[in-house]
Amino acid sequence: MSNRVAAPPRSLFARLRLRERIRDRDTAIYGLLLLVALVFPAISLYTSDGSTYLIAVAGHAGTYVLLAIGLNVVVGFAGLLDLGYAAFFAIGAYTYALFASQQLLASPIHHAYHFPFWLMMFVGLIIAASAGAILGFPTLRLRGDYLAIVTLGFGEIVPQVFQNFDQWTGGINAIGGIDQPTLPAWVTGPWAGADSISIVAPFSFSFDPIAYYVLIFILVSVAIVLVNNLQRSRLGRAWMAIREDEVAAAAMGINTVTTKLLAFGIGASFSGFAGAYYGASFGLVSPDDFLFIVSITVLVMIVLGGMGSIPGVIVGAITVYFILNWFLPLLPPAVQSLASSIGLGSLNARSGDWPGLGNETQNVTLLLFGLILVSMMLVRPQGLFPSRVREQELKHATGQEDEAAIEQAHA
Amino acid sequence: MTFTDYGFYVLCGTAIVLLATQAVLDPRTFFQVLDFGIADGAIYALVALGYTMVYGIIELINFAHGDIFTLSAVIGSAILGFFTVSENTFSLTEFVTLLLVFPVVMLMIGGINVTIERVAYRPLRNAPRLAPLITAIGMSFIVEGVMYLWHGSAIIHFPDLLPHGPGFQTYIGGVFFTFKDIFVIVAAVILVSLLAVFINASKLGKAMRATAQDRDAAQLMGIDINRTISATFFIGAVLAAAGGIIYGLYFNNLDYHLGFSVGLIAFTAAVFGGIGNIPGAALGGLLIGLVKAFSDNYVGSRWTHIIVFSILIAVLVFRPTGLLGMRVPEK
Amino acid sequence: MTDNLDDNILVLNNVTKRFGGLVAVDDVSLSIKRGEIFALIGPNGAGKTTLFNNVTGLFKPTSGHVILNGKDITGSKPHEVARLGIARTFQNIRLFDYMTCLDNVRVGRHVRMHSKLWDGLFKLPAERREEARVTEEAMELLRFVGIARQAHQYARNLPYGQQRRLEIARALATEPKLLLLDEPAAGFTPQEKVELMALVRKILDRGVTVWLIEHDMKVVMGISERIVVLDHGEKIAEGPPEEVRTDPRVIEAYLGKSA
Repeated sequence: MSNRVAAPPRSLFARLRLRERIRDRDTAIYGLLLLVALVFPAISLYTSDGSTYLIAVAGHAGTYVLLAIGLNVVVGFAGLLDLGYAAFFAIGAYTYALFASQQLLASPIHHAYHFPFWLMMFVGLIIAASAGAILGFPTLRLRGDYLAIVTLGFGEIVPQVFQNFDQWTGGINAIGGIDQPTLPAWVTGPWAGADSISIVAPFSFSFDPIAYYVLIFILVSVAIVLVNNLQRSRLGRAWMAIREDEVAAAAMGINTVTTKLLAFGIGASFSGFAGAYYGASFGLVSPDDFLFIVSITVLVMIVLGGMGSIPGVIVGAITVYFILNWFLPLLPPAVQSLASSIGLGSLNARSGDWPGLGNETQNVTLLLFGLILVSMMLVRPQGLFPSRVREQELKHATGQEDEAAIEQAHA
Repeated sequence: MTFTDYGFYVLCGTAIVLLATQAVLDPRTFFQVLDFGIADGAIYALVALGYTMVYGIIELINFAHGDIFTLSAVIGSAILGFFTVSENTFSLTEFVTLLLVFPVVMLMIGGINVTIERVAYRPLRNAPRLAPLITAIGMSFIVEGVMYLWHGSAIIHFPDLLPHGPGFQTYIGGVFFTFKDIFVIVAAVILVSLLAVFINASKLGKAMRATAQDRDAAQLMGIDINRTISATFFIGAVLAAAGGIIYGLYFNNLDYHLGFSVGLIAFTAAVFGGIGNIPGAALGGLLIGLVKAFSDNYVGSRWTHIIVFSILIAVLVFRPTGLLGMRVPEK
Repeated sequence: MTDNLDDNILVLNNVTKRFGGLVAVDDVSLSIKRGEIFALIGPNGAGKTTLFNNVTGLFKPTSGHVILNGKDITGSKPHEVARLGIARTFQNIRLFDYMTCLDNVRVGRHVRMHSKLWDGLFKLPAERREEARVTEEAMELLRFVGIARQAHQYARNLPYGQQRRLEIARALATEPKLLLLDEPAAGFTPQEKVELMALVRKILDRGVTVWLIEHDMKVVMGISERIVVLDHGEKIAEGPPEEVRTDPRVIEAYLGKSA
């Protein structure tokens, strides 16, 4: 005690004990993410002369971060392979789109509803979770891989259903003019194109990327806190136990069916929630937005990021989203200008069979994405920032053959 | 008999009653659709076999398999492009070229699939289970990407080589049969029979079955696991390649993205028959072909996708191991 | 069964389990008294583990009844059986490999915990208190079986003997009235076997009845009060160790007919 009195007064910086805290890898990633998320909009505005394009991309990436965090509960925590995650995303998005636009005016009930976004976000969540429960209840008894196939089937059915019931959903024509979120008041300023900093009341999000960016930042932050809590709770441990050994988990008194159902339902509710946000932020919802490729993309995000590790899947989601929606689309013009600047500008022109460098780059993007996936997976099979569990698993796997022999000897 | 068994029989019974009604009301249409469904199903069966064999041996959903199927049709069409084949007459030239194209493409595709396994799946055999699934998805994009680079998103024409037109079609009881239908069905039956003989009688076939049962035990018995797995990928691809060329000859049109939907449905067929079960995959493919044909005709093609996958879910709920799958107690 | 119900913690009445044509457990009846160490022995493939699985709900008996504390629990699900007070270990250790020892035991506490989804999601005060309490209880159990130092290691990284102990600690965490041990001494050194016997007696002192399957005769004879012998799924002998040891049918079952 006397030591403390004698010690010199410590600075605020020292009292944060950053050096000790950052020794933990996850904390470091969270800290870095937080820093980037806060600084990114300012830098992006500054470097691109006030263009909010990148902020919009980042805002949409946030939707996928939500999806990845949710799917991680199902796949990473509970070990259930879900290949139809986009179905719940569709359910959330359509729930909001139908009840917050003019769409139902043309439907057989001839009445348009405009429920507020803040309410419908949770309605979307509940409906998606219920759909998850209804699908999960009869199928979660099945052996692991069959669940994957059932979810795959469900993921194929749902968007098609939304497409086919076109008198309600507009089918392939999509639902447009979806209500944007509004707030009683909001701060606006030069960054959003206004002349000066002022308070707008009431405030509509309209198409202001910064407002959406702030909103999704808050939603993702809340989601991270909640899922972190879950992981370190009774339920989180039960999920892990089921993932490790279902028979032993049941023998310890864990009701495996309801526990898995909870994981499945929570995953679905994240997806439904994200879906409602997606509908509001894009203002347009079409069956094509929820195809199998979306489920696969989210799965790729969490496996690449490191299954089971929340910071890992966030990094994975952001990485994959930016590869798909920023790096690959911008590659052709970048390659063209590079060619011009190093004196190979002639390649840019189309001639005979050669479609021009830009177009050719465009043509290889699919191939390139495949190559990126395969090589990333080969280099880091456990993902970028795996949970410690996965890291261990891989370490042990190398010694597996000897152990099989030992087990044989014991039996 | 358990509740789920009842559910399964009720499901089957309903389907049979509905179809039988149609068969009585309008036998011509019914048998016409049946004919088409069998031909279509035969192609799915060939693709489904590759899924089921790979899954049986390394428990991987090989997402690239459908694209391998498409690639074989694309390569086949390119090779046929070299020869000056005529689409309107079926002479010795066409016959010989076809006879040549089949083995060449089958070997090429077999080699490609073995390479894919070697490069993208084998290094991850001891990795977390989802890692090879992701590389499979990646390989699917790569194969599609190659085809896209080659042909873009345009429709790729496959030469219409099989004899058709008057003389190669007939009406039996008002049902229209073409040589093409017969060709597809006969070719598939021959290939599946060859596979069955191979799996049951050859040493490699036995090694494949043993490895699928218990990889560690098979290894202790002196089976070369890597060679066996390569062989599985090779044979799966050979069947898919045959399926791809047959598809090309039958439908004559395809695009780089075809493998995605065919693969999804063929995989469903494999699950339908009991994943890992070889006769099951053949039966599953056939049934899926029939379901698709009947649904396209009686319900409307935009509902087909929903019907196929609803049946898939119902089958898994009521008969979790598929039609021919054995009930395996959980270890 | 004419014994006084209050004396018996578990009663099996004519339990039979068939797998197709194979009769794995054939009409076995037995009763286990409260507070005793009861052993089940028999040659390999006699159906001992199958009988355990029938009691713990992993299998449903083809016929017959399992009665715990006078209550028929035949066909209950494994997690219901655990809640009712039967815990078990497994012949081929089934720990949660990639969870720490502490978490393994805390999973054992699951069935006696009350926090729900919302409590965990929002880390409500009640949940925090329960977590703190459960952690303390789990540490106590790890100390009880003697592996408290390894609390934060992955179960997978423990040496074999400690894994067996951890499995016992995890089972005890469910607060069982009856503990089923499936070959707890398998692969142990003589020294470890002695320690195990001491541990089993300590478990008995906690008021837990112990039923064990064991191959090692020294262990069985050393600690059990009564023994049932199973052969080809049938009960062929029952009684105190010295009686069973000399039973000609038991000797025949173990050594073959010629003996």
